[in-house]
Amino acid sequence: MKFAIALYSAAHAPSSRRALLFAQAALAGGHEIVRLFFYQDGVYSASNNIVAPQDEQDIARQWREFVSQHQLDGVVCIAAALRRGVLNAEEAMRYQRSAVNLEAPWALSGLGQLHDAIQGADRLICFGGP
Amino acid sequence: MSKSLLVISRQAPWSGPSAREALDIVLAGGAFDLPIGLLFLDDGVFQLAPHQDAKAVQQKDLGANLQALGLFGIDDVFACSHSLAERGLTPPASAQPLGNEDICRLIDRYDQVITL
Repeated sequence: MKFAIALYSAAHAPSSRRALLFAQAALAGGHEIVRLFFYQDGVYSASNNIVAPQDEQDIARQWREFVSQHQLDGVVCIAAALRRGVLNAEEAMRYQRSAVNLEAPWALSGLGQLHDAIQGADRLICFGGP
Repeated sequence: MSKSLLVISRQAPWSGPSAREALDIVLAGGAFDLPIGLLFLDDGVFQLAPHQDAKAVQQKDLGANLQALGLFGIDDVFACSHSLAERGLTPPASAQPLGNEDICRLIDRYDQVITL
């Protein structure tokens, strides 16, 4: 089955971890993930400035490694990300901000990518809240 | 044929960016001519309340975006009757009020559902 996965919560929320476990299980089960789309506070799950305590899971890093390892299409909504201070080098330069906290494998793009993923997938699975 | 999407908007307009971000999904879908429905549920029905003064809480008015729905070809706009009644709101002209059973049928009718 082809899944599109949308995430609306930050890396410290249990729902971000659940989304990651679901995505891992989907691939392990032989399914396809057409795109991950991080929206609302989900943009924080893609930030590379998150520092988890040593005895806690670093979900943002795990997301990054998972997307890289499987060469997935990981899209972070640009409007949601700008509003929350999640910027790649290009946007940091455009808006003259000193911090860059979004890098590959993540791509910043618009809501059209969410609709495109929905059209290309059999199922859209959304994760948000606690 | 394009897959249909129902967006369920559950947050009040002053509670943070959620209401606007739900509406943005709807408008983006409309721009791509996709079959999109919008349901206001729970505190989301506050978005439909008349005479809002967003400036009083230093917010941007969401009303203009709601009025743009028609321009973007979004005609399937619904509001939960129960949520409206609970909050003392009368059904607005811009959204079709639906009872609980009708909402179940509505959700069944769409291919995909996003709740924000």
